[in-house]
Amino acid sequence: MSAVMTTEKSNNAPRGAGKKQMDRLLLTVLGYVFISLLAIVCIIPFLLIISSSLTEESTIVENGFQLLPTAFSVDAYALLFKYPAQMLKAYGVTIAVTALGTLAGLFLTAMTAYVLQRKDFKWRNKFSFFFFFTTLFSGGLVPWYLMIVNYLDLKDKLIVLILPMLLNVFYIIVMKSFMSSIPEAITESAKIDGAGDFRIFIQLMLPLSKPALATIGLFIALGYWNDWYHALLFISSENLMPLQYYLYKMLGNMDGMRKAMVSSGAVVTMNIPTESLKMAMTIVATGPILLAYPFIQRYFVQGLTIGAVKG
Amino acid sequence: MNRQGLWGDVRKNKTLLLMLTPAVLFFILFAYVPMAGIVLAFKQFNYGGGIFGSPWNGLDNFRFFFESGNAWTVTRNTALYNIAFIIVNNVLQIAAAILLFEAVGKWFRKLSQTVMFLPYFISWVVVGAIAYNLFNYDVGTLNSILAAIGLERIDIYNTPSYWPFILVLVSAWKALGYGSVMYLAAITGIDTEMYEAAEIDGANVFQRIIHITIPNLYPTIIILVLLAVGNIFRGDFGMFYNMVGNNGLLFSSTDVIDTFVFRSLTTSNEIGLSAAAGFFQSVLGFATILLANYAVRKYDKDHALF
Repeated sequence: MSAVMTTEKSNNAPRGAGKKQMDRLLLTVLGYVFISLLAIVCIIPFLLIISSSLTEESTIVENGFQLLPTAFSVDAYALLFKYPAQMLKAYGVTIAVTALGTLAGLFLTAMTAYVLQRKDFKWRNKFSFFFFFTTLFSGGLVPWYLMIVNYLDLKDKLIVLILPMLLNVFYIIVMKSFMSSIPEAITESAKIDGAGDFRIFIQLMLPLSKPALATIGLFIALGYWNDWYHALLFISSENLMPLQYYLYKMLGNMDGMRKAMVSSGAVVTMNIPTESLKMAMTIVATGPILLAYPFIQRYFVQGLTIGAVKG
Repeated sequence: MNRQGLWGDVRKNKTLLLMLTPAVLFFILFAYVPMAGIVLAFKQFNYGGGIFGSPWNGLDNFRFFFESGNAWTVTRNTALYNIAFIIVNNVLQIAAAILLFEAVGKWFRKLSQTVMFLPYFISWVVVGAIAYNLFNYDVGTLNSILAAIGLERIDIYNTPSYWPFILVLVSAWKALGYGSVMYLAAITGIDTEMYEAAEIDGANVFQRIIHITIPNLYPTIIILVLLAVGNIFRGDFGMFYNMVGNNGLLFSSTDVIDTFVFRSLTTSNEIGLSAAAGFFQSVLGFATILLANYAVRKYDKDHALF
């Protein structure tokens, strides 16, 4: 490094401060332009969806989707909220699955991580490898699918949306490295006072791990909220469709959308604004995330940074 | 003596072992038993016999998979897409992270980071809806723009050759925020003394980026890329399935191993074929992960997976 620097020094010595300021300015302009472009590309699709959901159906059919609604209309939302039965059911399923899955998953992740980071636990390396190996090798989709459908008999049951996603080795590892950064002296004294391992975990470790619990909990919750895959594989009953899968169905299947509207009480012959309705459904299914996003984003950034530093 | 010793250890650790039990059961049920179920690839599956009771049929499933011509197409697609994703995503993420760190003000950095992270939070189903909004033939935004300026509409959903570009863009779009935060964290960790030294030596900002920032990112880049290379035969099912779905017209350029396995299992119900393709993917994936990890180990022992 020092060799590089010295050659540069000799190159740069004749350059004036003005030249350096020009470079700085150039980089600043480049930075603002490039980052702005990326940010615009990232946000435009969302604006398009919002705008399309608020556009009169006849205008969409005639002119297509547009970034700015030329003919403003809330028909699609009005229809969605007029016959909300199916949608509310899907919301209910998603909220139940997310709440139960996150609570149970977080607790089990923390409990497993706690044991694995205990330096006095004799088999910690063996068990760590037992968990870790599953990320290297898998039996693939078919045996896993048959296990759930034929052996555990979970097809078309609510629990199939929770159970397969309950634990994730990566989260256990992040949790474990967070917990091992907590000074041992804290648990040591509790042990001398005669507290059992489980009590130490519940009363000492859990409260001390709050930052990691918040971050990993949000990752788990996001996973459950956005899950449609397990429903695609295992759910056929309309009553058990989670929100994202319901959206997936509606996007791909206009007849299905009509049927859902009808079963929710809409008149069969009604003229349904299908295009704007698709977009309105997308917004309604993503809404809670978009609303919560500004508040939870920093926890994700924190979590990524923990993961990046600890490897 | 030895057995007594083991029993003694079990009793001493019984609470800890009990606390591990749910997770151990979970991974036995959802990972290890299915791992053993990989033998299905060599069997003629019937529901009566199940995974372990069905009769063996040697390499018939594999013969079917390789002779159908699908094996080569889906393997090539999976690997090529992943290679393209690794290159494009990392270059974009690194460029964004460097510029976020070096060029823009704090307020703008926070705002743009928030915006760029947004795609990471939405499900692939919603990404599918966005693609529909953009690319639909009759009402898609892209086609309405083309029509408005008097150009011919493009039939994107029926033209396989557009899809490699679309899928690479979508992948970059979704991963940009996540990746640039990772790289930004690595840049923030660089010792500021190096920058000060460069400043004293009269380096300009571009020289500083090229000679200090980027070399200091090499460890992070190499590790992230090698780990991604280890997963080169694992396709992102959520992305491919929601972008392309069961649109067979596009399969020549969009079908990856994961979508093929899924379709064989659920649509055509060819369990043997599906299991054989899955076995092929698992073994290939295991080998590449071991190789990638070996490479990481050689480079930097601390960052190796094992």
